[in-house]
Amino acid sequence: MEPGWRWELSAVHHLRLRRHTQDDDTLSPALRLDTFKMAMHSPVPVAELLLRRLEASDGGLDSAELAAELGMEHQAVVGAVKSLQALGEVIEAELRSTKRWELTAEGEEIAREGSHEARVFRSIPPEGLAQSELMRLPSGKVGFSKAMSNKWIRVDKSAADGPRVFRVVDSMEDEVQRRLQLVQGGQAEKLGEKERSELRKRKLLAEVTLKTYWVSKGSAFSTSISKQETELSPEMISSGSWRDRPFKPYNFLAHGVLPDSGHLHPLLKVRSQFRQIFLEMGFTEMPTDNFIESSFWNFDALFQPQQHPARDQHDTFFLRDPAEALQLPMDYVQRVKRTHSQGGYGSQGYKYTWKLDEARKNLLRTHTTSASARALYRLAQKKPFTPVKYFSIDRVFRNETLDATHLAEFHQIEGVVADHGLTLGHLMGILREFFTKLGITQLRFKPAYNPYTEPSMEVFSYHQGLKKWVEVGNSGVFRPEMLLPMGLPENVSVIAWGLSLERPTMIKYGINNIRDLVGHKVNLQMVYDSPLCRLDAEPRPPPTQEAA
Amino acid sequence: MPTVSVKRDLLFQALGRTYTDEEFDELCFEFGLELDEITSEKEIISKEQGNVKAAGASDVVLYKIDVPANRYDLLCLEGLVRGLQVFKERIKAPVYKRVMPDGKIQKLIITEETAKIRPFAVAAVLRNIKFTKDRYDSFIELQEKLHQNICRKRALVAIGTHDLDTLSGPFTYTAKRPSDIKFKPLNKTKEYTACELMNIYKTDNHLKHYLHIIENKPLYPVIYDSNGVVLSMPPIINGDHSRITVNTRNIFIECTGTDFTKAKIVLDIIVTMFSEYCENQFTVEAAEVVFPNGKSYTFPELAYRKEMVRADLINKKVGIRETPENLAKLLTRMYLKSEVIGDGNQIEIEIPPTRADIIHACDIVEDAAIAYGYNNIQMTLPKTYTIANQFPLNKLTELLRYDMAAAGFTEALTFALCSQEDIADKLGLDISATKAVHISNPKTAEFQVARTTLLPGLLKTIAANRKMPLPLKLFEISDIVIKDSNTECIQYVGAKNYRHLCAVYYNKNPGFEIIHGLLDRIMQLLDVPPGEDKGGYVIKASEGPAFFPGRCAEIFARGQSVGKLGVLHPDVITKFELTMPCSSLEINIGPFL
Repeated sequence: MEPGWRWELSAVHHLRLRRHTQDDDTLSPALRLDTFKMAMHSPVPVAELLLRRLEASDGGLDSAELAAELGMEHQAVVGAVKSLQALGEVIEAELRSTKRWELTAEGEEIAREGSHEARVFRSIPPEGLAQSELMRLPSGKVGFSKAMSNKWIRVDKSAADGPRVFRVVDSMEDEVQRRLQLVQGGQAEKLGEKERSELRKRKLLAEVTLKTYWVSKGSAFSTSISKQETELSPEMISSGSWRDRPFKPYNFLAHGVLPDSGHLHPLLKVRSQFRQIFLEMGFTEMPTDNFIESSFWNFDALFQPQQHPARDQHDTFFLRDPAEALQLPMDYVQRVKRTHSQGGYGSQGYKYTWKLDEARKNLLRTHTTSASARALYRLAQKKPFTPVKYFSIDRVFRNETLDATHLAEFHQIEGVVADHGLTLGHLMGILREFFTKLGITQLRFKPAYNPYTEPSMEVFSYHQGLKKWVEVGNSGVFRPEMLLPMGLPENVSVIAWGLSLERPTMIKYGINNIRDLVGHKVNLQMVYDSPLCRLDAEPRPPPTQEAA
Repeated sequence: MPTVSVKRDLLFQALGRTYTDEEFDELCFEFGLELDEITSEKEIISKEQGNVKAAGASDVVLYKIDVPANRYDLLCLEGLVRGLQVFKERIKAPVYKRVMPDGKIQKLIITEETAKIRPFAVAAVLRNIKFTKDRYDSFIELQEKLHQNICRKRALVAIGTHDLDTLSGPFTYTAKRPSDIKFKPLNKTKEYTACELMNIYKTDNHLKHYLHIIENKPLYPVIYDSNGVVLSMPPIINGDHSRITVNTRNIFIECTGTDFTKAKIVLDIIVTMFSEYCENQFTVEAAEVVFPNGKSYTFPELAYRKEMVRADLINKKVGIRETPENLAKLLTRMYLKSEVIGDGNQIEIEIPPTRADIIHACDIVEDAAIAYGYNNIQMTLPKTYTIANQFPLNKLTELLRYDMAAAGFTEALTFALCSQEDIADKLGLDISATKAVHISNPKTAEFQVARTTLLPGLLKTIAANRKMPLPLKLFEISDIVIKDSNTECIQYVGAKNYRHLCAVYYNKNPGFEIIHGLLDRIMQLLDVPPGEDKGGYVIKASEGPAFFPGRCAEIFARGQSVGKLGVLHPDVITKFELTMPCSSLEINIGPFL
């Protein structure tokens, strides 16, 4: 598992759930006691009876025995034990499990009315009974064969009106009934192993495990629990009665009740922090409120040739309506055209036929660098030149193949500095300050290629969690072929860098699928639970197995 | 960024030493390359087609190296090795020479029919070359890499390489009706007409991507030798007759295209890379190309250009203080032979034919910086003093976002692109009434239009979160796009963004009073008092297809309509796959700046 903390939704759900159950079990013991009182319709609550008995007892008492003595369900006594336990140290209860023999329903019937064979025997008068009539008796079938094998009765098959049953002995001992009554009287141990197992086979007896509590006095034992208060009330404060009242203890392990509130989206919280960082560094925000852009500003102005693969239908969303930009600054367009097709400003150019139609094509901007180009062009029109620091964070669009880390739209962060005599060392220096504010201090720069910057450098940072260098941004010095046609002075350099908003956010929060962060399919629980965005703070350690 | 795949051991053999993966990765990083992946043919096949298919494949270790898109000279093993060896000062950059043949020069005559389809052609000969299997594979692979990159999938340039010994010049580059072109193409056993071939290749996974370049043209480009043998039908396929093999000794190379500059660069790259294996190393035999206007040119150009850059300019741009001599040395390591001349501050740099990417002094500055080592440059902060300003619309947005959350609403982040259905049909509107901008090349319906309202995104967010406890209270402050032909607007693109604020309340009851209360709160925050007076706000009964009849009002503020609020129509709720009543509010916040 990747370190760095993640949105542990399952863990949070789990805790939430547990909090509710704790609420029910332990937070409101008074409520539970009241429930019992009502349920039992008893003038004296069970819990109180239990405490009184306990006070009188010598050392302790058994919940089952108490139930038997009070003539109530054992479960009612167990409930009372649990609710008293919740009060703290009033009582101590030790769970014990004992095995016991109990009569089945049939066993109880026999203990009461005698065994089937005894009932058959008794139903036969001295003059005998027709066998057919006997078989119709409730105990007839089972009782007949048992009485026969006990040799209590006989059958006369030669009788005139069919077989007839007669007593053989005058009296008999109903051993089965006697044994069952012994068990009923709690004297099962008086029966032999063999006798019990025979009764069990006849499904008259069953062995049950009984969970009982051995209850003894706790360190805070008192018989007057009903006087414990749950909460402080205004009356108690005004009367001062709080001084004399015992209060029920709180369960500090339970969770609190979260306040009702709205929440900001985590990615936009990160966006706010990036804005903040730029503002702290003295960067002015550029207008980027134009998703639709002409190819001219998106590509041509940046000295990106018209055959560049990025201008392919496969990479860029072009517009059907409005298909073309209405107006372009034609003087400037001419300079751009010349620079592309013939060179100039010290450049060889790309030496191809530049087409105005291609530049007019509208598209969804593929980067906010188009907005930077517009801003720099506006800057170039102002004389004399004044140094600037610009930034922007806004949406850009790519007609790309979508996967776990790529969507058709994402946010680009861009920083631009224009001044006399800026160097590559300045670019690196400002990148170091910028990334330090993000909590990223280990930086490395790799030569790279961008069509509109030269020199260009990719920015890598060492990711402690992934244990490798990851690309965190792209940067460079804008090409003279881009700046000079705009009319910027020759000795002015413009350094710039860009990165996506989503990628650092995903790395920081360990999100693997961008759809878990952006778009309508995002889980709102993730939004509700997301922490403050503090980019320079150490991420929380990943939750351990037990915590999850 | 193109990726070149080379055999590791072959690479190390050519570099004259071995590296650990980490060492080689480091070397790449320093030079501006990226060791993207370490793999083998077996691994690749097993990943793509499963272990069974990979069973017999080679497990020779392959390095996949990402090369900057403008460095065509690094697209094959030969170029990579040469670049790295020069960089590490183990060899001097070779000098590439064009030589005239002992006998007659090979001639390629372009006829005027090509003008409308593919007007340019260049050619050269590699004489007495010695291939091995690996060299031959690299030769084929380089052509493929060039085709995919600088040649823009053969649209700008297409390369044909032929066994010269099977042909007899002069060659003719012309264009003919497809039915009049008939030849046996590469890897086929019989002759086909061009029409037949275009049909056959429709199902060819490799070639079908290039057919569109000439498909609907009346004439197709074709090159013949003096005996009428077809060399190639660019940019689709070569003839089988002149196919090259490992044993080919003399290669005729032709590049045809629509971009003359790129055709010349491509030819230069191929011959500079593979003349290494010619008997006279790094020499290339010239070929003559006669254009329709009768003018004749000799190729390859193999032009060396001299540039002059002042040492202090390089130092100033990079932020270092190196002597001119040192800078010249650094540049020489980047394959740019340089020396200090004149007043001792001038550096003369020779740009070889392999470095077509050097078009400006800034490209030279970058190479000096790379050779110096980006990570050795002293970092400094610019002294640029500026006062920061926020973009007013974003400033207002940020302030409002926090107070919307404080009002109990949760922020959503939804897509700016969506389907026509989302903004029209589902809201009971006709698409023409939305004034939406339409995308011409969406891959799926999700990207047909830019949204004209934030409401669909919020409703879709609710639909994806129906299991969440009610009520759901969501908001978003973001841009929508509307067509706008007003040329006064600064963008002049025919469309304009508007910053909208949208909020929805979703519960067992419609909660109009809650959304209404939110509006009151927003107006309070914007310091807009209730009332119809100038500067105040008021809501007036209105209607709209998205709203339940009688439950919709238009919002007027500061003298203009800024949006609507109301209870959504049950049809809208159903179409967004929702089941509960829902009320919404959407306003344009631009007027409150």
